Amino acid sequence: MIKTLTLALAATVALATSAFAQTNLRVGLAEDPDVLDPSLARTYVGRIVFASICDKLFDIDENLKVVPQLALSHEESADGKTVTIKLRPGVKFHDGEPFDATAAKYSLDRHLTLKGSFRKPEIAAIDSVEVADPLTIKLHLKAPFSPLLAQLTDRAGMMVSPKAAEAAGDKFGLHPVCAGPYKFVERIQQDRIVVEKFADYWNKDQVFIDKITYLPIIDSTVRLANLKSGSLDLIERVLATDIKAVRDTPKLKLSKAVSLGYVGVTMNLANGPKSDNPLAKNPKVREALELSIDRDAINQVVFNGEFVPGNQWVSPQNPYYQSKFPIPKRDIAKAKALLKEAGVTTPLTLDFMVPNGVELRSVAEIIQSMTAEAGFDLKIRLTEFATALKQNEDGADQLFLVGWSGRSDPDGNSYSFQACGQPQNTSHFCDKDVDAAHQEARSKTDPAERKAAYEKVAAKLTPNAAGPVLYLYHPQVLVAHSDRLEGYRQMPDGLVRVIGLKLK
Amino acid sequence: MIVFLTRRLLQIIPTLILVSMLIFGLQQLLPGDPALIMAGEERDPVVLQQIREQYRLNDPIPIQYFYWVKGVMSGNLGESMRLKSSVASLVAEKLPVTLQLAGMALLIALLIGIPAGIISAVKKETFWDYGANLFALWGLSTPNFWLGILMIFLFSVELGWLPASGYVRLGEDWKQSLATTIMPAFVLGNALAAVLMRHTRSAMLQAMNADYVRTARAKGLAEGRVVLKHALRNAMTPVITLLALDFGTLLSGAVLTEQIFTIPGFGKLIVDSVFNRDYAVVQGVVLVTATTYISLNLLADIAYVLVNPRLRG
Repeated sequence: MIKTLTLALAATVALATSAFAQTNLRVGLAEDPDVLDPSLARTYVGRIVFASICDKLFDIDENLKVVPQLALSHEESADGKTVTIKLRPGVKFHDGEPFDATAAKYSLDRHLTLKGSFRKPEIAAIDSVEVADPLTIKLHLKAPFSPLLAQLTDRAGMMVSPKAAEAAGDKFGLHPVCAGPYKFVERIQQDRIVVEKFADYWNKDQVFIDKITYLPIIDSTVRLANLKSGSLDLIERVLATDIKAVRDTPKLKLSKAVSLGYVGVTMNLANGPKSDNPLAKNPKVREALELSIDRDAINQVVFNGEFVPGNQWVSPQNPYYQSKFPIPKRDIAKAKALLKEAGVTTPLTLDFMVPNGVELRSVAEIIQSMTAEAGFDLKIRLTEFATALKQNEDGADQLFLVGWSGRSDPDGNSYSFQACGQPQNTSHFCDKDVDAAHQEARSKTDPAERKAAYEKVAAKLTPNAAGPVLYLYHPQVLVAHSDRLEGYRQMPDGLVRVIGLKLK
Repeated sequence: MIVFLTRRLLQIIPTLILVSMLIFGLQQLLPGDPALIMAGEERDPVVLQQIREQYRLNDPIPIQYFYWVKGVMSGNLGESMRLKSSVASLVAEKLPVTLQLAGMALLIALLIGIPAGIISAVKKETFWDYGANLFALWGLSTPNFWLGILMIFLFSVELGWLPASGYVRLGEDWKQSLATTIMPAFVLGNALAAVLMRHTRSAMLQAMNADYVRTARAKGLAEGRVVLKHALRNAMTPVITLLALDFGTLLSGAVLTEQIFTIPGFGKLIVDSVFNRDYAVVQGVVLVTATTYISLNLLADIAYVLVNPRLRG
């Protein structure tokens, strides 16, 4: 008996001391990240992990403004074709290698040339990178491209250790070596990713937690249960329907920010034979579809009123929102009249593809019943995500309910979906004026001028839902954490910034 | 015995070839484009084309199959498109996890199922029998995911006794390892225990009515000895087959349970890989599972022979 007691006591002491010795932040992720190579990574969830291991040239602040991170400043030439970036001195990579202009050039060149790099299209405007002096690089652009800086606030701006990247090749993602506040320790696929504090980090005085463990837990109920039981300290992507449960638990805190992304219905306007229908042919029918939908009701019913209804590719809170084109009120009488004017025999049957998932399915069902009142008959087709992507690409649907995780620059939410022949433009929408306005927005750096250019895009697309996407709402980034965690600030991109965080 | 073994081993080869062709062919029937799902939000046509070339997605299926078999023959199961790590290392990482979980589940099932089966057969139509049957019915009809979530709420959230999910390797900290696996093992073992109990019960009932049991009793043997030594040993043959097959199922079939408790085993690997159209991983894992399944079957056959010498033909 005494022996057992002594053992138990010893174990408790050991546990207690180890708890004091090391603080470990346990983060519950909604998915398992893909490869941790900034050039090859594609998932949103992977960016959450990168936020602690790979610093970028620039970052965004809470108001979406570009702020320097590994850069100190930037300057654009008068013709907009050269961007000079001064780099932060005294920065080291996790393997002790210095971060300088040569390393920055290496990282950008790697993004541009590595086989299968997903960064290449993002920074394709860069023609060449020049090392001007040990701490200055010059980016020579093919044409002025104002969204470039915003791209450098994400994976395209992540700097990797040239030595480690050269040695590992396309296997770099198995053991990434960057210049972030934490360095990679180990990864067990689908189980955890462990990172530990980097002693030589340039801003190490602001790093207070010794270790971070990322644990992918896909089921949202189980993720929340883990947070409640104390097995996790922070979870991302809380369901809107669980907000009350979080608020009712005294030791939990909820942080939220309007996401940069949106959810909308992509309408097949010209992609294959399926687009041969009154909705694609006649803008009046699209207007009728929009007028039969009450965006606020969707928000109230499915998301407890927590999300933000919207009708553009950026949310109404975003500086680039065009308030000249507000969300239209639901008007069934007008919708019916428009359908009649268009000469459509009702009910108008349309194929409505919806990725399988609790929230999207509820949204689809509400849209189905709302539009039925105006004379639409939407046939909901629940489809597994990989299949849905392919079918949408092939034009095998008429309506597709889908979300976009969002980018800090409005270009990232619009160009690829709206410009002629762009990869995300599965609707095959094409309008020369829209393209010209987009090019104008890309070439201007002054926010007011850019906004004016986007107003031309909105004028074409937004009234009467004339564009390829019927935007519905902007989700809230919902993060719940225990009250042991201090200093957490929610950023609109949803990523967890670890600088300044403390665990009590 | 040697002839028997050789014959059985030779039968494995065509089975495996057939299995490999089936895996390869069937998953090509899955709708969706691996390159597109891999690219996710970043679908640039040039990059998509590079991915297709890199992983031979443009080649005809027989050619893809040829390259895959060629790789497997030289011990290379391929590379995960999504994670860039080799399939062999993924398998090596997951196999011990799944073996541990399946082993524990089997142990729990044995500890509950066999005694319950024996008791309900010996005490037929008594309170014990009804109780055991009720338990079996409950075990069979309770969905895994529901029981799993309920257990998490009770033991982790309310009582705080066990970690809600996650996994710690046995070698790292065996106590934590057992703590993280006991709930999922129970959820898995519980359903299996019910099946085992019913099979043991019916096999035992049959055995208890057999002539040799009557003879044993007539010889004046103690009832315990009659049940355990004479009846049970004969009743075990069908139960062993069942066990071997169920162990095979546990290896690949713990999908939901692994998902709920976030146990990084085979089931989770397969599901994630199917959803991501990570063909090489699906192929590798299914091949390993099939091989294990077939081997277990073989072991069951050998165990039969050992338990029942009459089969040694």
